[in-house]
Amino acid sequence: MGEGGEGEGIGKDKSYLENAGGRSGIAAWMLSTDHKRIGVMYLAALMSFFGVGVVLGLVLRLNMLHPGAIMNAQQYNETFSLHGVIMLFLVIIPGIPAAFGNFFLPIMLGARDVAFPRLNRLTWWIYLTGAAIVLASIFLNNVNPPDTGWTFYVPYSIRSQTNVSLAALGVFVLGFTSILTGLNFVTTIHTMRARGMTWFRLPLFAWTLYATGWVQMLATPVLAITLLLVVLGRNFGIGLFNPARGGDPIMYEHSFWTYSHPAVYIMVLPAMGIISEVIPVFARKAIFGYKFIVFAALAIAGVGYAVWGHHMFVSGMSDNARVVFSFLTFLVAVPTGVKVFNWVATLYKGSIRMDVPLYWAVTFIFLFSIGGLSGLIMGALAPNIDVHGTYFIAAHIHYVVFGSVGPAIFAGLHYWFPKMFGKMYNQRRAKLGWLIFFIGFNVLYFPMFILGLKGMPRRWFDYPPRFHTGQVIATVGSWILAAGLIIIFGNLIGALFKGEKAPADPWGGRTLEWQTSSPPPAENFSGALPVMEEAGYGAEEA
Amino acid sequence: MAVRAEAGQKAVTARYGMWFFLYTEFILFGMLFLLYSVFRYRFPADFHAGAMEENILTGSVNTAVLLTSSLTMALAISAVKKGNNRLSAGLQLLTMALGIGFLCIKAYEWYVKIVKGLYPGSPVLLKMHPGEIIYFGLYYTMTGLHGLHLFAGVAVTAYMFYFTIKGRISADNCARLENTGLYWHFVDMVWMFLFPLFYLIT
Repeated sequence: MGEGGEGEGIGKDKSYLENAGGRSGIAAWMLSTDHKRIGVMYLAALMSFFGVGVVLGLVLRLNMLHPGAIMNAQQYNETFSLHGVIMLFLVIIPGIPAAFGNFFLPIMLGARDVAFPRLNRLTWWIYLTGAAIVLASIFLNNVNPPDTGWTFYVPYSIRSQTNVSLAALGVFVLGFTSILTGLNFVTTIHTMRARGMTWFRLPLFAWTLYATGWVQMLATPVLAITLLLVVLGRNFGIGLFNPARGGDPIMYEHSFWTYSHPAVYIMVLPAMGIISEVIPVFARKAIFGYKFIVFAALAIAGVGYAVWGHHMFVSGMSDNARVVFSFLTFLVAVPTGVKVFNWVATLYKGSIRMDVPLYWAVTFIFLFSIGGLSGLIMGALAPNIDVHGTYFIAAHIHYVVFGSVGPAIFAGLHYWFPKMFGKMYNQRRAKLGWLIFFIGFNVLYFPMFILGLKGMPRRWFDYPPRFHTGQVIATVGSWILAAGLIIIFGNLIGALFKGEKAPADPWGGRTLEWQTSSPPPAENFSGALPVMEEAGYGAEEA
Repeated sequence: MAVRAEAGQKAVTARYGMWFFLYTEFILFGMLFLLYSVFRYRFPADFHAGAMEENILTGSVNTAVLLTSSLTMALAISAVKKGNNRLSAGLQLLTMALGIGFLCIKAYEWYVKIVKGLYPGSPVLLKMHPGEIIYFGLYYTMTGLHGLHLFAGVAVTAYMFYFTIKGRISADNCARLENTGLYWHFVDMVWMFLFPLFYLIT
């Protein structure tokens, strides 16, 4: 295995950034089947769309400062719908698997590439196509952008005169990205592990991608067929969800959440994987309870499939169904709690090295705990009725999706950046960015919990005066948050051009990606593939 | 030896991929079957009335056509494994012909209904009972989606036919054809459920 530094510039040892496979210019990227190049392209696309989503979010907050000053109610509806569709379907659902999973899964397994490299490239093209269709729904047809919210609830999504069909079609196409990425990763993990890489020597990030891959494969088709039925309902008069034609809107909600609740685990499971990688490295300790973390991930993926009803407690469901869904919802908290305890126990008595990735990992645990515990409040039947459809939900989803998955992505970004690009970033500036982000995030979203408990409904364009103070605090928070994001990304982008050269293993990581050069050669390992003689970092021998 | 082991490994990988893909297809159709069962439970009489419109003769013929196509597909794979590419190519051609035959009969059934004014959103249909509107909505969605899948199957088989006559599929390298067969049988199996649910419930 190549130890340290880049290769000597001969053929196979050249880094993946220099070895373009005989192509040049944009084709060297777009036509590449190298999982690392594909991962980097996803990362760039995701971060660009994230920027768009952030700007839309800032505009939304700005409106709440003085409703009506910068946009009217219809524009507000369109803006929050686009914010949701872009952030969820273009950024956070493909998120970690598409970017970090593509880049690191094969390296972590000790393989040269994923199982189906050409399918992987096709998946990337499908992602771009889906993204283009979603963005086209903003501009095309002289119709307004969709105003239904990201959930496309019927019957409004069938009746709305805006561009719902195109947006739903775009999300439908994006679904294939999810399915095919999951299929590719699960097959890769089954068939491409290095010699000696047994199941219980797999890095935990690979395990979470495995669990996620199954959810991607088995949940996404439900969304596909549901959105297809919305499009058929709008354009061909098939009214399975349309009460005027004998259909049932509640069936839409069931179908939609049968996908969209597991989708939460598509986002969160790989985030947990990153945290499980980062914490043992910076605690200088083996991970506590490796197998528990593995089975907790599989349990979350499994039980997460059966809890969708908690999104519909006030939609019209029998009491029996509600009690069962509520119970199952509490059940998901158990494996989730197991993971949190394992991470904390790993830190306990470790010789902790406070580098940037660990800041983010600990932030994940903290914000995820707030997000997760607020989820229990909504999972209980009685309080659910009180907080349903309020800012409480908006705060909860942002703590879980943005406050947890976000820091996990930043943890991964700061942990793996030296490996991906062979450059080091400025640690002090990264920590400053973290601090401002952390403050801004809580100032922005914590007041929403309080506003929600006081009765401020989500998605409202205007509000009674008594909510004004909370709204102002949240809006100021959004500016602090944006400043933090600018510092974080400015620092990383600057490091791409001016960063110092990174060593092969800046953190003392023990998984396979740290045993190859930074950035890795095109074939991942110069010379023969590694053979696992013993358990990897932290994995206890069974 | 290495080449052969690698081809074996590739075949295993390809088979994993195809089975996983079929799971996703299973869920895709499964959701529609679930919706069918919910509405059938709600409107049993209307579904009965709707099914009276189906032509049981063409439906049965189509079932026979599709089952036969699965047989010829399975024989095509056996022929390649025995090293007889010519026979396999012929059987694949027959499979495609049967698939297209199925689609033609299906198109005829749709045509007859549409001429009667029975299509989603039609004035005739909207005057009928809500359960019947749903019945025909499901009928067009499910048989339409199934037809699209069959069409894709014919297209993929056409590729396989080309590979077979060019010798790029052979006895030790036929994972692609086997996967096409798996897919073909899956599409066939979906019809095995559609047929009773739409034609035999009168």
